[in-house]
Amino acid sequence: MAKQHANWSPYDNNGGSCVAIAGADYCVIAADTRMSSGYNILTRDYSKTCKLADKAVLASSGFQADVKALQKQLAARHLIYQHQHNKQMSCPAMAQLLSNTLYYKRFFPYYAFNVLGGLDNEGKGCVFTYDAVGSYERVGYSSQGSGSTLIIPFLDNQLKSPSPLLLPAQDAVTPLSESEAVDLVKTCFASATERDIYTGDRLEIVILNADGIRREFMELRKD
Amino acid sequence: MDSKMQQHGLLGSESDSQRTLYPYVTGTSVVALKYKDGILMAADMGGSYGSTLRYKTVERMKAIGKHSLLGASGEISDFQEILRYLDELILYDNMWDDGNSLGPKEVHNYLTRVMYNRRNKFNPLWNSLVLGGVKNGQKYLGMVSMIGVNFEDNHVATGFGNHLARPILRDEWHENLSFEDGVKLLEKCMRVLLYRDRSAVNKLQIAKITEEGVTISPPYSLKTFWGFSAFHNPTVGAEGSW
Repeated sequence: MAKQHANWSPYDNNGGSCVAIAGADYCVIAADTRMSSGYNILTRDYSKTCKLADKAVLASSGFQADVKALQKQLAARHLIYQHQHNKQMSCPAMAQLLSNTLYYKRFFPYYAFNVLGGLDNEGKGCVFTYDAVGSYERVGYSSQGSGSTLIIPFLDNQLKSPSPLLLPAQDAVTPLSESEAVDLVKTCFASATERDIYTGDRLEIVILNADGIRREFMELRKD
Repeated sequence: MDSKMQQHGLLGSESDSQRTLYPYVTGTSVVALKYKDGILMAADMGGSYGSTLRYKTVERMKAIGKHSLLGASGEISDFQEILRYLDELILYDNMWDDGNSLGPKEVHNYLTRVMYNRRNKFNPLWNSLVLGGVKNGQKYLGMVSMIGVNFEDNHVATGFGNHLARPILRDEWHENLSFEDGVKLLEKCMRVLLYRDRSAVNKLQIAKITEEGVTISPPYSLKTFWGFSAFHNPTVGAEGSW
């Protein structure tokens, strides 16, 4: 008779959603603070955002242990960059680094769904969206994680992005003001919380602009 | 035929594999909460060998260095291995003799890295760890799972404790609990676990860690109540059942 094996998986999905929206001179990055495992809530107060550089903030959902390891890797590489170049990494540079770091583990992936937001070299908002193995593109807005399927169509409707196939390429950066974008993000999460069991508790919003970095919080439904 | 097929399995030959495949001697839930002066943690003293209650005096909570307290559920031998790693960590920390000592945050971070690393090699330490402590007035309470998932909160629990104790704690925990109230709350959680977790035993310890240090209580048991009328005549209304 075949023995009973306790099957363990090296992966787990700790849930949650992330959003980022790029503006003309700002970027809004947001994520909920719920951490779950299966049908359990582990904690209601876990931050999914991480400031990698002055002008680059990463929001990741998925398997928390992999996310943590990924953030540590990137932070360490950024420190080395600063030692070697005597300056902070730009957001597009960090975007490439993140892609390469993810692909490096192509055959035992970081189960992390990332959205990188920040300001590019001209001070314009930029958002990069990733899959688990590093394929990425620059977009005007994006969402990843358990609530992304609920949030993305809503953002498509509200932000009316021009097609990336157009020539000459048109900016996908939203003409909305910073406060309008923040309100939009709050609406996204309030809606996602209603229907996604893994999204809720509290929303953390990080706003990056020429003046620096700012954080806002909003309570979400806890059920 | 069967064993030959197992030997050519995806993870290589299991007969000469040194990887952890499944736990043998296990401890059940650990529950912990922050209170006014520090952290309170509770764990029973049972070590189960599958469905057999093999060991009844297993200390599943240990002091680490000056500022931390570690509680573990899961494979007991892996917990003992972790204690050896931490012994070495604390030893090297003391050898610096520089007046600094590793706080609970640092120990928690170290444990997370160890657990994650082992998971990466597909040879996990089969434990759920609870790490609590106080350093320089700052209280800290965190958890690490066997695959490296970690977080900190005002109250944590492992295993069945997540299902049975956390809801009680979410309802009744508040900032600045007194020592007596904290113990009462922990005992309430442990009693529910005793009633409903079949691997729980009625012999537990409660540990306290404050700025002054660690105290682990001697083993004691909880009062239970089984005098429900439904238990007196269990077959009333359903003759023939046991």
